[in-house]
Amino acid sequence: MSKITDFSVYPDEHGRFGNYGGSYVAETLMAPLAELTEAYLRLRQDPEFLAELDRDLKYYVGRPSPVYYAERLSQHVGGARILLKREDLNHTGAHKINNTIGQALVARRMGKPRIIAETGAGQHGVASATVAARFGLKCVVYMGAVDIERQKINVYRMKLLGAEVVPVTSGSKTLKDALNEAMRDWVTNVADTFYIIGTVAGPHPYPLMVRDFNAIVGREAREQVQEQFGRLPDVITACVGGGSNAIGLFHAFLNDPGVRIVGAEAAGEGIATGHHAASLAAGRPGVLHGNRTYVLCDDNGQITETHSVSAGLDYPGVGPEHAFLKDAGRAEYVGVTDDEALEAFHLLARTEGILAALESSHAVAQAIKLAREYPKDGLVLCNLSGRGDKDVHTIAAREGVQV
Amino acid sequence: MSRIDRRFAELKAAGRTGLIPFVTAGDPAPQHAVALMHALVEAGADVIELGVPFSDPMADGPVIQHASERAIEKGVGLGDVLRWVAEFRQRDAQTPIVLMGYLNPIEIHGYARFAAEAVQAGVDGVLIVDCPLEESAVLQPLKDAGLQQILLAAPTTAPLRMVQLCGSAQGFLYYVSFAGITGAARLSTGDIAARVADIRAKSKAPVAVGFGVRDAQSAKAIAGFADAVVIGSALVERLAGASDVEDIATRAKGFLAPIRQALDA
Repeated sequence: MSKITDFSVYPDEHGRFGNYGGSYVAETLMAPLAELTEAYLRLRQDPEFLAELDRDLKYYVGRPSPVYYAERLSQHVGGARILLKREDLNHTGAHKINNTIGQALVARRMGKPRIIAETGAGQHGVASATVAARFGLKCVVYMGAVDIERQKINVYRMKLLGAEVVPVTSGSKTLKDALNEAMRDWVTNVADTFYIIGTVAGPHPYPLMVRDFNAIVGREAREQVQEQFGRLPDVITACVGGGSNAIGLFHAFLNDPGVRIVGAEAAGEGIATGHHAASLAAGRPGVLHGNRTYVLCDDNGQITETHSVSAGLDYPGVGPEHAFLKDAGRAEYVGVTDDEALEAFHLLARTEGILAALESSHAVAQAIKLAREYPKDGLVLCNLSGRGDKDVHTIAAREGVQV
Repeated sequence: MSRIDRRFAELKAAGRTGLIPFVTAGDPAPQHAVALMHALVEAGADVIELGVPFSDPMADGPVIQHASERAIEKGVGLGDVLRWVAEFRQRDAQTPIVLMGYLNPIEIHGYARFAAEAVQAGVDGVLIVDCPLEESAVLQPLKDAGLQQILLAAPTTAPLRMVQLCGSAQGFLYYVSFAGITGAARLSTGDIAARVADIRAKSKAPVAVGFGVRDAQSAKAIAGFADAVVIGSALVERLAGASDVEDIATRAKGFLAPIRQALDA
């Protein structure tokens, strides 16, 4: 691949990021996707729509979220300064709402009164149920029966917000099965239904649309860091499952060649053990869920089971733009293990008084590693994509504590 | 002339509606996969659609998804499917075989390698559910090797796109008779008749209708206006759980015989 200097022109009209992305879907989905693409390409340039989105991001979500210099954490690590982009302070406690509010507004503009979503750990389901309530839309969330059992609190949250949660009992009864079921619903009910996908994966235009809605994270952070420190950061990092918070942070910095970009994938029990979810670090190019990207699969092409302590990173694919950035050499993707993420979780809690989500704790662990590589006046910007309240039971159980 | 084209020419000459059963390769019993294919032919199959198991069959209903899971559980992969086709070909050189599945197993196997092995085994066409026309540049090695790409058309397909599909169709065009997923129980015959008539007028290739065809009655309703009828989920459901080769053959024939009769009546 020749050296790319302008990353803002991707994807092309077919939703391709170099060799990745595209629309690998059944014929029945082509028309709904064409309708959505047409509507979204119009709306993303519509000043009225963008103003409406900005208003909700400001007054409902609570943006901008601050960039916070984690001084005690940095001192403890003894390397460069670690800066945290506080997406955990958004309404509902994570970056997910940036996307769901955007898609709900698109749904409303398209005249679709019903939204559907799939969810694994329940975070995207809660974020979808939230915006459905906010805009008076009917909301159906598909969730694997196993996940429903594991995430009872989030299931109850969705119900409190007025959503219907449909248990999915096929396959492994987890996220990918919920995704299949949501697709089936969409194909069947497309006339009145909008499908809110929660990450930068899926067929075109989802990787583009979800990236656009999360790109505010990086746009804000780029300005905030310059304002506070008079220059750009040396390196930025975020956790990567599907990759929406990461692409959100990275996108504004892609054309800054002096800014190093590192994505932290879930290495689970270690990449060598096979129990992980590191699609970019350990997978290979393939086709899954409507796009060409890096996937975890066996030699027969069957998608393999993944493992991570963090449900939000437990996905066998990854957004196609990340696959593209990896091959282009613009971003590095490395694995962070369950143990490293938990250690970072505790360290951040004790030095800064912040409980990070387990997903985000992978990014914090990576930021700590990076801080050690740079001099004391270096700047490491880390996306703290969500708060950890949802994870306290998981952490307690893992550490043998009765709550 | 390809085996598929020849078969449809024969059907047309005889004034018959084609019967295209779908089974998931390796389900219900991998060791009897070839015997099942022969049983389908004996029961009146004109073309066999052989499903290549995939872990994430997004466009299929629960029945075919479960069949895929059972086959994968037993270790069935693309290599086995090609081996079974080759074995089938030793006794049957006439019946066209279409492999139906998803792109990832072929992508991982390698397109050129798959194309060579599939032609060698005696595969005639591929229907790759998640590879629409727009993305099918990757399938060039398959076309170069002589495999026909069977395309899907749906009730939601826009008019302009339908013209495109009809122009690109090879072998036969597979019309999914409603906008849901495989195996669901809804079918409005009048709607389908009108759409299929329109497509047949535009398409050079014959039109097969599937999705939601469950029995002799629903097959017969379609026979009046389609070149062929595809039956998948209902057959897969009938075969599920059989392990003995006699039982598998009896179930396949018991299910297909009344449908064949209804189509020929």
